[in-house]
Amino acid sequence: MIQTSQILETLRMIDQEKLDVRTITMGISLFNCVCDDTKRLASRVYSRIARQAENLVKVGQEIEREFGVPIVNKRISVTPISLITGAVDDPLPVALALDKAAHETGVDFIGGYSALVQKGMTEADKRLIESIPQALSETELMCSSVNVASTKAGIDMDAVRLCGEAIKQLAQRTKDQDGLGCAKLVIFSNAVEDNPFMAGAFHGPGEGDCAVSVGVSGPGVVKRALETVRGASFDVVAETIKKTAFRITRVGQLVAMEASERLGVPFGIVDLSLAPTPAIGDSVAHILEEMGIERCGTHGSTAALALLNDAVKKGGVMASSHVGGLSGAFIPVSEDIGMIEAAACGALTLDKLEAMTCVCSVGLDMIAVPGDTSAATISAIIADEAAIGMINTKTTAVRVIPAPGKQVGDFVEFGGLLGRAPVIPVHPFSSEAFIARGGRIPAPLNSLKN
Amino acid sequence: MANVSKAVVTVLGFDRKGIIAKVSHVLFDRGINILDISQTIVDGFFNMVMVVDLSEPTCPFDELQDDLNRLGKAMGLQIRIQKNEIFEAMHQI
Repeated sequence: MIQTSQILETLRMIDQEKLDVRTITMGISLFNCVCDDTKRLASRVYSRIARQAENLVKVGQEIEREFGVPIVNKRISVTPISLITGAVDDPLPVALALDKAAHETGVDFIGGYSALVQKGMTEADKRLIESIPQALSETELMCSSVNVASTKAGIDMDAVRLCGEAIKQLAQRTKDQDGLGCAKLVIFSNAVEDNPFMAGAFHGPGEGDCAVSVGVSGPGVVKRALETVRGASFDVVAETIKKTAFRITRVGQLVAMEASERLGVPFGIVDLSLAPTPAIGDSVAHILEEMGIERCGTHGSTAALALLNDAVKKGGVMASSHVGGLSGAFIPVSEDIGMIEAAACGALTLDKLEAMTCVCSVGLDMIAVPGDTSAATISAIIADEAAIGMINTKTTAVRVIPAPGKQVGDFVEFGGLLGRAPVIPVHPFSSEAFIARGGRIPAPLNSLKN
Repeated sequence: MANVSKAVVTVLGFDRKGIIAKVSHVLFDRGINILDISQTIVDGFFNMVMVVDLSEPTCPFDELQDDLNRLGKAMGLQIRIQKNEIFEAMHQI
């Protein structure tokens, strides 16, 4: 029998500590839509998604209501679009079909306008990457990603160069919104096939026809739990986070199983993530500060984040039957009030963020850099991050916004879950000649580790 | 899954006469049996947790939830009903 105190604890987590399920994401395979006529392909893609996901939002709302836990987003991920556009000249009509299907089904985002080019690019991959600036500036709910590196394949530096250029063009095309388009584009190393989080979600080629995955959240709950053990040793801190992560993940597992049953779609994975929002009390940076760091970004931040990330996984993994996705703590600057404050006061720099990405989920995320940052510098930032992922056998990613017309110290405003961010400096020295080389950085040796 | 037919009603707010009577009345009207009640009042703040049996309801869950929400608004209380599984998931292995 559940005790009254436990019931009230759950209510407090939801009401005051912003416990929520960040997303229910339905992954849909589009391989059965393939054809060599652009118009027919777009129409098949639209119908496939609209039919498969027609009840997704309704079921999400029902679960939210019955269990009394907010489900912030309902999303769709699809097969990387470059894999189904090999026989057509232009992937853009498919982008418009994806956006239309997202509007029709009422979801918050649709992801998968993607290409997997870690080893090399097909003509279709290249066309898709080159179309990203136009596709993302002419759609509203669609997200895009490109996987440019992996531990097994190395780094495709030609793709890295193209992605840097695409990000610059995309910022320019969406300059009226501070370069908002760039918030919908992620460049990955070791991308995972079952990630439910945007902007990097896609339904990988190794997945089945359809699956439902869930991404959990709850930085506020972890912060509150740590407030009860102030001054205690790290052994106690780690245990406290594990117990909290277990509870958060159990909610995710419950929601995932319910959604799977009601939608008649297999359960995919629960992504054990701590995903912050710009709201007060929902910050990963504040968890690190609760551990004793005056400001996120100062010395000790990487160690604190490593402990947090590991404890979240250890606590969460037993709470779910299938764990996957990105699973770890996210550090998106514009989406985390503590990160915003730390970046604004100079405690958190791009270099420190890069170091922190070595020990947490994903990478340089939602970072605004000056509008005059060159495409080569952005490509070099991507290459650095891809190298960290490649060598450490983990997913890393870059989602930077070269905010048009903005200088260091200015703010970009995206609103909603995407938040706001101070523009932080990049190094002034050039990487042009490095990026101009092209070719591939070979896959690393996986022994003799030191 | 065990206990699929149970839900938890929580009532939070300032104490006044008739809270339990009115909440129970809504539940009775909808054919719902109360399995357990625990109630405390601290400094005039009313706090009640009811476990109810949903196995023979006479209306859909969302209608019952709407009824309780309306009663909560009328009485200046926060009244919630949530399926029991969320509490079991979080607090039991």
